[in-house]
Amino acid sequence: MYFVKEVLEQSKVLKKKWEDSVRKMVGKTPDQKPRWSTVSDLEIRRLYTPEDIKDMDFENDISYPGEFPFLRGNQATGYRGKYWTLRMFSGMGSAADTNKRWRMLINSGQTGLSTAFDYPTLMGYDTDDPKARGECGKCGVAIDTLEDFLQLMDGIPMDKVTTSMTINPPASVLWAMYCAAADLRGIPLARIGGTIQNDMLKEFIAQKTFMCPPGPSVKLICDTVEFGASHVPLWNTISISGYHIREAGATAVQELAFTIRDGMEYVENVIAQKGLNIDDFAPRLSFFFNSHIDFFEEIAKLRAARRIWAKLMRDRYNAKNPRSLWMRYHTQTAGCSLTAQQPYNNVVRTAIEALAAVLGGTQSLHTNSLDEVLCLPSDHAVEIALRTQQIIAEESGVANTIDPLAGSYFVETLTNEIEEKTWEYIHKIDDMGGMIAAIDRGFPQLEIADSAYRFQKQIDAGEKIMVGMNKYVNDDVQKIPLLDIDDSVEQEQIKRLNGVRRRRDNRAVTKSLNDLKNTCKNGKNVMPCCIEAVKNYASVQEICDVYRDVYGEYHDPGLF
Amino acid sequence: MSERKIRIMVAKPGLDGHDRGARVLARCFRDAGFEVIYTGCHQTPEQIAASAIQEDVDLVGLSCLSGAHRYLFPRVVELLKQQEAEDICVIGGGIIPEADFPMLYDAGIKAIFTPGASLDSIVAWVRENVRPDF
Repeated sequence: MYFVKEVLEQSKVLKKKWEDSVRKMVGKTPDQKPRWSTVSDLEIRRLYTPEDIKDMDFENDISYPGEFPFLRGNQATGYRGKYWTLRMFSGMGSAADTNKRWRMLINSGQTGLSTAFDYPTLMGYDTDDPKARGECGKCGVAIDTLEDFLQLMDGIPMDKVTTSMTINPPASVLWAMYCAAADLRGIPLARIGGTIQNDMLKEFIAQKTFMCPPGPSVKLICDTVEFGASHVPLWNTISISGYHIREAGATAVQELAFTIRDGMEYVENVIAQKGLNIDDFAPRLSFFFNSHIDFFEEIAKLRAARRIWAKLMRDRYNAKNPRSLWMRYHTQTAGCSLTAQQPYNNVVRTAIEALAAVLGGTQSLHTNSLDEVLCLPSDHAVEIALRTQQIIAEESGVANTIDPLAGSYFVETLTNEIEEKTWEYIHKIDDMGGMIAAIDRGFPQLEIADSAYRFQKQIDAGEKIMVGMNKYVNDDVQKIPLLDIDDSVEQEQIKRLNGVRRRRDNRAVTKSLNDLKNTCKNGKNVMPCCIEAVKNYASVQEICDVYRDVYGEYHDPGLF
Repeated sequence: MSERKIRIMVAKPGLDGHDRGARVLARCFRDAGFEVIYTGCHQTPEQIAASAIQEDVDLVGLSCLSGAHRYLFPRVVELLKQQEAEDICVIGGGIIPEADFPMLYDAGIKAIFTPGASLDSIVAWVRENVRPDF
């Protein structure tokens, strides 16, 4: 029991008294609405009291930072040794354009890099493929071959800065380029650090950049996990992502549940396919969450996440290394919470969301720029977003002490409630035969579609508010400068790609692609062949076409 | 004789995977009593034009959030025209900067809906501007 008997008795008496006062007050001034709920529609009570958390077990449910169940954080020292990594997701136009933005961010105090690729790169096509028409450099940097990649990393200290790459179907290819770039610079693979997103399950569920069917996609992921465990020990080979699940319209609970169940699917597949011990790879699994606008819901979700994962790793997968029990995650504020109307309000939303991420104990954070609902962030907007994090870290005082909201009747209750609902989903998906089976049935996709539709109806009905959009509307348009990626980037990039194709040793390219094909066919680990191919300047699409050829292609079933 | 239902194809051209808006809209159109076909992500303009003709739709709603609308939207209209199907109304939505509106209207896109447009306003536009083709 969390409280001594006397306290609970006192609370009971006082609660009655308070309830009487409430009744009287509500008689005079009725509540503004009959039901109060989070942005995810979880109902919230007027008040939380000791009785709500009386059944918690201090040692097993709360404990201390750095101790099981890691509710209060993985690190014993909190943010005192090191703030979270300030990691702004960025990429646009050509490799040279993005390199310039990266240098600007590093000079402004950013502590980690994060790469946004354009759609052709994300989907494993070269810039000159007919399917890629019009997309080059629009929503990220265009990378076709190692030549682009080397330009992207120009002047970036790869042995000091960690780099995250949001790349999924072609994750092995872009990671191979990173490894090759380090190698060419004489930096041992054991010293490079970073993350590849490499989480295909959430692609089928939400983000929709896919290439091969789920089975082979997971096989390729298992290859990278295995290669990382033996050759690139500081690399996070999967960033199991809830971010996109949430952006697609999921609730906080759905985001957490589907993400964790995805993580379990990877764990089980790596063990089954590669015969690795859980502690050989679990410490390099990382996560990525959304921090939405509902402040306490997000804090509760982020705290619950660590506790659920620690329990799973200890009890279901028998992990022994404490690091295997840590759920380490990056957080990004919610793009879908921003409004195109009155865009300066987005600075405030992002600050609230970033604060929630920090109070939830994130290891790494991206703050969205105020213009991201309209275009890729401009220099000025991205600087405000970065400064938001610096103000939270170094001015607000919230990082002074660890997990300051622990013990709050409300926050602990909400944390418990989110955990409970998350387990319900996890068990439901277990019963379906796991996440791949659930995806085949369209289960997570349709659950998310339901939530997205419900939220849109609530917005249209004015039951949920987005200031400036469905309330406090102002017809004067706030004009802000927008970043435009010129259509000429595409022609320039095609020229570069053709130049590489002319200069490279095409016989070596063909040979390495054949080697890769054979490796795929005989089920061996693709990474060594992939690194060899990119070193020979094989393009992203040439390598991905091998995967498509051997493993087949996946097409969107178009569920709605 | 009762009027035939309006047939709508919600389509995702290009490589963009941001399909939340498209899927919400597809449901909304269905709930509004229209017949709805949703293509799923990653359709080429050629595929979209061919399916629109094949399915004999009255309206194609294109959704793009990747920034590639300047190529993709006009291309769909152009392909429909080439195949003598210019009677199919084409509208667009997504992250579309206002500066791009004139070129899209000039290219034959009949309406553009951006973030913040209510479902009701889109349905009302369809009822007002699209007649089922017999």
